[in-house]
Amino acid sequence: MNYLIAFLVGGAICALVQILMDKTKMMPGRIMVLLVCTGSVLGFLGIYDNFIDFAGAGASVPLLGFGNTLFEGVKKAVDENGFLGLFMGGFTAGAVGISGALIFGYIASLIFKPKIKK
Amino acid sequence: MSNNEFDDMNMLGYDKLSDNTEVYNKYVEEITPTTNIYLNVLRAYLVGGIICTIGEFIHTMLMNAGLSEKNAAYGQILILISVAIILTGFNVYYKITKFGGAGSLVPITGFANSVASPAIEYQKEGQVFGIGCKIFTIAGPVILYGIVCSWLLGLIYFIWGIITK
Amino acid sequence: MSVQYIGKQSICFNNPPKILCGGCVAGEKESQGPLGQGQYGNTFDEVVMDPMCGKNSWEEAESELQYMASNIAIEKSGLKKENIRYIFAGDLLGQNMATSFGVGSLGIPLFGLYGACSTMGESLCLAAMTISGGFASHAMAVASSHFASAEKTFRFPLGYGSQRKMSATWTVTGSGAVILSDTSGFAKITAITPGKIIDYDFKDKENMGAAMAPAAADTIYHHLTDLGIKANHYDKIITGDLGYVGQTILIDLLKEKDIDISKVHMDCGIEIFDKETQDTHSGGSGCGCSAVVLCGHLFNLLKRKKLKKILFIPTGALLSPSSSNEGLSIPSIAHAVAIEADS
Repeated sequence: MNYLIAFLVGGAICALVQILMDKTKMMPGRIMVLLVCTGSVLGFLGIYDNFIDFAGAGASVPLLGFGNTLFEGVKKAVDENGFLGLFMGGFTAGAVGISGALIFGYIASLIFKPKIKK
Repeated sequence: MSNNEFDDMNMLGYDKLSDNTEVYNKYVEEITPTTNIYLNVLRAYLVGGIICTIGEFIHTMLMNAGLSEKNAAYGQILILISVAIILTGFNVYYKITKFGGAGSLVPITGFANSVASPAIEYQKEGQVFGIGCKIFTIAGPVILYGIVCSWLLGLIYFIWGIITK
Repeated sequence: MSVQYIGKQSICFNNPPKILCGGCVAGEKESQGPLGQGQYGNTFDEVVMDPMCGKNSWEEAESELQYMASNIAIEKSGLKKENIRYIFAGDLLGQNMATSFGVGSLGIPLFGLYGACSTMGESLCLAAMTISGGFASHAMAVASSHFASAEKTFRFPLGYGSQRKMSATWTVTGSGAVILSDTSGFAKITAITPGKIIDYDFKDKENMGAAMAPAAADTIYHHLTDLGIKANHYDKIITGDLGYVGQTILIDLLKEKDIDISKVHMDCGIEIFDKETQDTHSGGSGCGCSAVVLCGHLFNLLKRKKLKKILFIPTGALLSPSSSNEGLSIPSIAHAVAIEADS
C-alpha cells in the first residue's frame, strides 16, 4: 500500500513539473532551484512533514524533500542554538545528500571516462 | 543593438526593428512543432513514480534491517544517489531523462546526475580546475539557494520566536 | 584598379577563383545518415568512428578532425603544403581552440575566424577574395565542429540528462577543407555576398533555425538584388543548418519580399541526418555541418554536373554562453557564396 501511494504521489509531482517544463521554457537548473526552495517553504509552513508521513518516499525522494530537510535542520539548530543556529542547521541537515553526491560524483570521475551521446 | 533600423530595404517592410520582433516571435511560436505534452507528462509520471517506489522499497528494507527511521531515510538518499551516479558513469542516465523528463529530474537522482556528469566530463581539465571547479556547474545553484532559502525562512522563524515570547 | 564589388554587399569576381578540391571527415552518426549510407553512397572522404579520434579530450579530437580534413584536401590537390599561402579557418569553441591546435601545425599563415555555423561561408568568402585579388595562388578554407565539444561549450556535460525540444538541432561531428586556386578547378566561385548581423530579438537557444533564418533571408535578398537575378538562376540555394523549422521560416520571410525559393531551397542540416531513424529533431548543425556536406555531397554533384549553379549560404548564431545567461538576444549572420561548375 505504501508502495502504491509513493508511486502515485511521486509520479504526480513529477507530472506537474513536466507540465511546467513543457509550457514554459524553464531550464532544468532553474526547476531544481524552484523545487528546493518550494520544499523549504512548505517545511516552514509545517505542511511537508505530514506530507512525508502520508506519502513516504513519494514526498521524500523528490527534491522538494531535500528543501524541507534543509529547513528542518535550520529550525532545529535555531531551537537549540538561537541565532547561530541559522548558520549551523542547513549544511548539517543536508550533509548526507550533498556529501554523498560530491564524494560518489568525485569517485565516478576517477573511474569513468566521458562518452558521447548517440 | 542592430543597424537594421537604417536599412531602407528592411526585410518585412516595417520601418523599425521593434515593429516586427514581436510579430516574428509570435509567428515562430506558432509554426514551431512541439513535443506531445500528454505523452511527456505520462512518461514523467511513470518514471518519477517508479523511482519513488524504489525509494520506498529501500526505506522499508533498511528499517527491517534494524535502522532507525532517520537513518533509513539517510540510507535511502545515499543508495539512490549512488545508483544514479553509477548509471551516469555508464552513460545510461541521460536515456532515462530523455524518456522520463521531469520524472528523472525531480527526484534526488537528478541532483546526483547533475553532480556526477560535469565531474566526469571535466576530468581532462585536471583535478582542481576541471573536476574541482566544474562539479558544481549545474548543482551549485541548488545548494546555494537551498541554503539561502532555508536560512531566510529560519530567520523569519527565529524572529517570530522572539516576538511571540 | 578594376572594381569588383556590386550593389550593397556583394562582390562579382572578374577572375573567379577556382575550387581545386575539398576534403571532409565525419563521425559515426553522420556516417549512418543519408550522406553516409544513403542513395549517394558514402560522400565523406573519411569517417572516424572513435568520437575521441584517438585523442585525450573532445577539443583535441576536433583539432584532429581539422588536421585530417586539411591533409586530405592537400593530398587530393597534388600540391605540397608550402604551395598553400593562407588558411582561413574557424570552429565553435572558445578562442577557436580546435583551429589553433588543428591547422596550426601545418605551418601555413592562418586567419582564425569566428562565424559560428556560418564559418565555412566566411572562410570561403575571404579565401576567394584573396585569390581573386591576386594575393595568393592557392588558399584553403576550413571549418569544423564536434558534438561533444559543442555540448560542453554551449549546453550541458554529456552525461547530463535533459530533454531536447523538437526545434533543437544536433551538432555535426566533422570538418571540411576547401582549396581554392587561381588556375585550375572543377568549379568556380563567381560571386560572394558577405552578410551583416541580423537581430530579431529572438532569445530561444533551443530554436536556432528561427534565430538564423532572418539572416539567411536578408543575405539572400541582397545577393539577388545586388546581382539583379532571380532565385531560379540557381539550381539550388543551400543553407547550412536552418533545419526543418528554419526552412519553413526562411521561405515565409522571403515570400514577404516576393521571392520564392521553395522549389530550389536545400539545407545541409536536413540532408545530413535522417529525422525518423536518427532522432535529430530539426536536423544537423555546427560549422562542420555545412563544411562536410559541401566538401563531400555538393562537390560530388557539381563534378557530375547534377548541379551547375548553387548558392551556398551557411548561417551562424552569434550567441555566447554569457550572452544567453545575460538575457541577450541571438544575433545571426549568413554569408553567401555563388558556385558554378566548370564546363
